[in-house]
Amino acid sequence: MHFLDFEKPIAELEGKIAELRHLSDTDGMNIAEEVARLQTKVERDLTSTYARLSPWQKTLVARHPDRPHTVDYIKALITDFMPLAGDRGFGEDAAVVGGVGRFKGRSVVVIGLEKGRDTETRLKHNFGMARPEGYRKAKRLMELGDRFSLPILTFVDTAGAYPGVGAEERGQSEAIARSIEACLDVRVPLIATVIGEGGSGGAIALAVGNVVLMLEHSIYSVISPEGCASILWRDGNQAKSAAEALKLTAQDLERLGIIDGIVPEPVGGAHRAPEATFTAVRDAIDSHLTQLVKIDPSQLRARRRDKFLQMGRGGLG
Amino acid sequence: MNWLTNFVKPKIQRLVRPKEVPDNLWHQCPKCSEMVFHRELEKTLRVCVHCGHHMRMPVKARLKMLFDEGKWAEIELQPEPTDPLRFKDRKRYSERLKEAQTETGLKDAVVVAHGTMGGLGVVVAAFEFDFMGGSMGAAVGEAIVAAAELACLQEAPLIVIPSSGGARMQEGIISLMQMARTTVAVDKVREKRLPYIVVLTDPTTGGVTASFAMLGDIAVAEPGALIGFAGARVIEQTIREKLPEGFQRSEYLMDHGMVDMVVPRHELRAKLIQLVGLLMHKNPAADVVALAPSARRRKVDGKPETDTSRPEPAIPDMAFDER
Repeated sequence: MHFLDFEKPIAELEGKIAELRHLSDTDGMNIAEEVARLQTKVERDLTSTYARLSPWQKTLVARHPDRPHTVDYIKALITDFMPLAGDRGFGEDAAVVGGVGRFKGRSVVVIGLEKGRDTETRLKHNFGMARPEGYRKAKRLMELGDRFSLPILTFVDTAGAYPGVGAEERGQSEAIARSIEACLDVRVPLIATVIGEGGSGGAIALAVGNVVLMLEHSIYSVISPEGCASILWRDGNQAKSAAEALKLTAQDLERLGIIDGIVPEPVGGAHRAPEATFTAVRDAIDSHLTQLVKIDPSQLRARRRDKFLQMGRGGLG
Repeated sequence: MNWLTNFVKPKIQRLVRPKEVPDNLWHQCPKCSEMVFHRELEKTLRVCVHCGHHMRMPVKARLKMLFDEGKWAEIELQPEPTDPLRFKDRKRYSERLKEAQTETGLKDAVVVAHGTMGGLGVVVAAFEFDFMGGSMGAAVGEAIVAAAELACLQEAPLIVIPSSGGARMQEGIISLMQMARTTVAVDKVREKRLPYIVVLTDPTTGGVTASFAMLGDIAVAEPGALIGFAGARVIEQTIREKLPEGFQRSEYLMDHGMVDMVVPRHELRAKLIQLVGLLMHKNPAADVVALAPSARRRKVDGKPETDTSRPEPAIPDMAFDER
């Protein structure tokens, strides 16, 4: 398990528990009581630490290498999944994974940004940073969902759209704009879930939903704290201050009326108990989806458009 | 006093000074470094007489050059920009806002104007780069929404002229949401089958390009304008190599199929009139067509030029070419 800096005390305790367990294995001594005591302490520390994570700590949790990714959610939540590929213009961008499948028995389109887990998959998925082809593929899949009346579920987890020469040449900004436009245009329910990092334009391209959910310790921001710090503070080391100022936590965004719900994470974050996380996400999506499918298709579109048209009107907050 | 000390000023000072103050009689072209007399610069619509570089244009001058007789009406934008996050970096956002308002005389970075161009009614939303880098927050979003709604109401084409670094970080997520909001707005114009034309000027980057600015029915760019999603520095750091010549400039975008045309500033008004006339099935007033090429000097200050013997300033047609 990968431990974050602020989790060091917990890591030490868990190390001790492991040691004791090892001892009990070899010596046959009964130290279950001590283990139980430490276990309780770990639980308590985790709960209290995670109950008051700072925006910067949340940023680190949202980027935690062991955090479940889009492919994990697809595996857990979607049956009969059939991946689809390509933008039909230039190429296949694996930073955006997508396809058709069933969510609790109902046919849906799934689109998500995937960061990859190890060197090989990270390279394959370009660290979750999509190129124009990825967004054009997303648009294509949204249109497919629209045509066949399939609700669209998106999973957002990206540091941002890929900044590269080729990406610019092939119209990164146009591709993102068209993807946003496609989100706004479909006549089927669109539920977006920010599962880790919601990085700027590369994230909103897939997150203009009837319902936008965020995991408890995920973040969603116009710019990364590091980027913001280096521009406004002229000092990349001020990322902590930037993270505070940007109001990028799920809790802040709910308060600002930007998102529609927070999915609670297990104690210690999604990476500690992926199965419990999947269940929570499944339930949250399901409860919204069962409501949304009852709404008339043109109403779904109109309400979504109206919701985003109002954002910032009257100067929020 | 040495005459040089009079005009060789740090760039930052030029940015913060009101444009009208004539203590800067000479301007240095940021591209060729030649000096241009300020009156000359006004006449040439802020295009360098030496190299044809298109310098950034204050929003009012921009509107003046586009509308018939340099006249337009502005709409009052509600609400006033606010500081929804109470954002503070090295300075408070509310202070930055006030400063920008004092410097530019504007409430925020966009002016929404309506009037006629070649006798045809149009709505224009134009950005002021000097207002916090033309960045997009809720008030800018509101301006685009208002412009789109006005265009629909008047059944007029919408022309948006961005000059913006992107989203306004000080409004955090709310500025990001303006990408979706402005997209809804310009789609309303398109749904009404009214032309939506974007004139990309220097610079158009970040969240602004990745939303309404790249969704035009027609995309026009000014020569040499920086247009792109990611900043050049970020890209260089990512790929760790030098960027190609002319990267993210108008001509480069045209080569890559991202814009319809690159139009020099002195032709912009005539081209827009032509475009609007064609898309709206309207014949522009005959005199406007005839006027287009030669009338440009007159439109600059909105009154006929008296000194006709004066030679026309040379503005090369495709002025800016880095290759």
